[in-house]
Amino acid sequence: MSSEQIIFYILSFWFIASSLAMIFARNAAKAVLFLVLGFFSAASIWILLEAEFLAITLILVYVGAVMVLFLFVIKMLNIDKSTLRAKFAGYLPLGLIVALIIIAEMTLVLGGAQFGLEIMPSPERHGADYSNITVLAMQLYTTYVYPFELAAVLLLIAIIAAITLVRKKESTHKKQNVSEQVNVRAKDRVRLVTIASPSKEKK
Amino acid sequence: MMELWQSFVLGVHEMMPWFDGNIANIVVILIKAMALIMPLLLTVAYFTYVERKVIGYMQLRIGPNRVGPKGWLQPIADALKLMTKEIIFPSKANIYLFLLAPILAIAPAIAVWAVIPFDEGIYITNLDVSLLYVLAIGSIGVYGIILAGWASNSKYPLLGALRSASLLVSYEIVIGFALVTVVMIAGSVNLNTIVADQQGGIINWYFIPLFPMMIIFFISALVETNRAPFDVVEGESEIVGGTHVEYSGMTFAVFFLAEYANMILMAVLAVVMFFGGWHSPFEGLGILESTFAWVPGIIWLLLKSTFFMFLYLWVRATFPRFRYDQIMRLSWKVFLPITIVWIFVVALMTQLQIGPWFS
Repeated sequence: MSSEQIIFYILSFWFIASSLAMIFARNAAKAVLFLVLGFFSAASIWILLEAEFLAITLILVYVGAVMVLFLFVIKMLNIDKSTLRAKFAGYLPLGLIVALIIIAEMTLVLGGAQFGLEIMPSPERHGADYSNITVLAMQLYTTYVYPFELAAVLLLIAIIAAITLVRKKESTHKKQNVSEQVNVRAKDRVRLVTIASPSKEKK
Repeated sequence: MMELWQSFVLGVHEMMPWFDGNIANIVVILIKAMALIMPLLLTVAYFTYVERKVIGYMQLRIGPNRVGPKGWLQPIADALKLMTKEIIFPSKANIYLFLLAPILAIAPAIAVWAVIPFDEGIYITNLDVSLLYVLAIGSIGVYGIILAGWASNSKYPLLGALRSASLLVSYEIVIGFALVTVVMIAGSVNLNTIVADQQGGIINWYFIPLFPMMIIFFISALVETNRAPFDVVEGESEIVGGTHVEYSGMTFAVFFLAEYANMILMAVLAVVMFFGGWHSPFEGLGILESTFAWVPGIIWLLLKSTFFMFLYLWVRATFPRFRYDQIMRLSWKVFLPITIVWIFVVALMTQLQIGPWFS
């Protein structure tokens, strides 16, 4: 067994173990952390495949941003575990059906016909000067430029939709005008009044 | 040097057959890592001393001057004090996550240094996507702070962690957009290529066409490293000590180390991105260039980043703390629009082939 295979098996073991631990973890925050570990293992396997751009993007987007927001939300929620367990038996049949469908799909995709070294030979090694970010960019901005731009527009629509959904009307709630606060000067807040002193009048 | 090393490896290989080229490479990487981490930790220690001295003089005080001549041994005394202190665990805190948090803070802060080019050909690894690597690994550091806040089972750390999570995520976007302009000029995400592209005197450095981006990068770096005037994550006057409230002794010291290592990293990154990295400022200036030709590039890099490190302290001693919602407004409503506009300006400059940067 070559050293690369040993590294691959270690990483795969970590990937599967952390994914299982994510599902079985009682604590939601721990589940998120196991998912992060899973992402790291997946990224490392991609680096073994010389797909370093994808691996780094996975960490940058999912670990660096998405999972941070997940942790943020989980900390804000006060999850009551008893209500979660109460309906467990009720949802069990539906869950089992979904699980069976997923298992069937995965066996169809991964089993035999479309998968394996005969159908997909292992990719050839590239030299040290091979830049896979350049190759990816050439593909994205020439061959697939319209799908790429379509995806970008779709994301923009999603952002605008999300902002409109959470935006409150100004008549229903009070809002701070920060630029007004920053531009305030002492004379706007304090009025100095000169009052004639009564003691002076006596003299 | 290389032949000497190779003959040494071959010699050891004959004595111990299991010691082959692969293991020798791992040994080389370990030696390189130690050669980087040891000076880094020493710099962190003396950076704290310089910080106290500089801020002391700015506030008309003397600063530490008791331990050793002129207080030079103060950081070592501090380190010894922190090492011998008791580590207190809050009751009902999650011990594993409580101890994992400082590790998650320090590990990325040191791992990022693997791709920083110190001189032409002096780096630990020449990764093709090194700029993205810096951003990705840098963004992991936030887990240390979030977990510290969550695992402490205490109110103020939780508030600090919430602030930190939202601040870091917003300012990562700003830093990312600011660095997109650098990538557009250099045409590469490899830090070595970015520095090599800035060769040929000060006029070729990227801070001239990207001046607003340089300012925004530095201010965002202050936020990312939780430094004054944006240190609302710790904010002594508002939330006691933020995420550090429950940490004591070495566990606190590790957070401290991570923060200062990140500060030095951001200063070096600013130099690499905008101020020509290892290039001498006298390049292309005739007699001055030949006079200073003997100075190694790493000295120039360190000198330039020292200025940015000083700037951190200067800013801290000068400005009062921002209010939390104003920092968020600064990110989303001021910096983000400016960076997006500047991306279009850079695209226009590339099309018109302006100056020495875009031709």
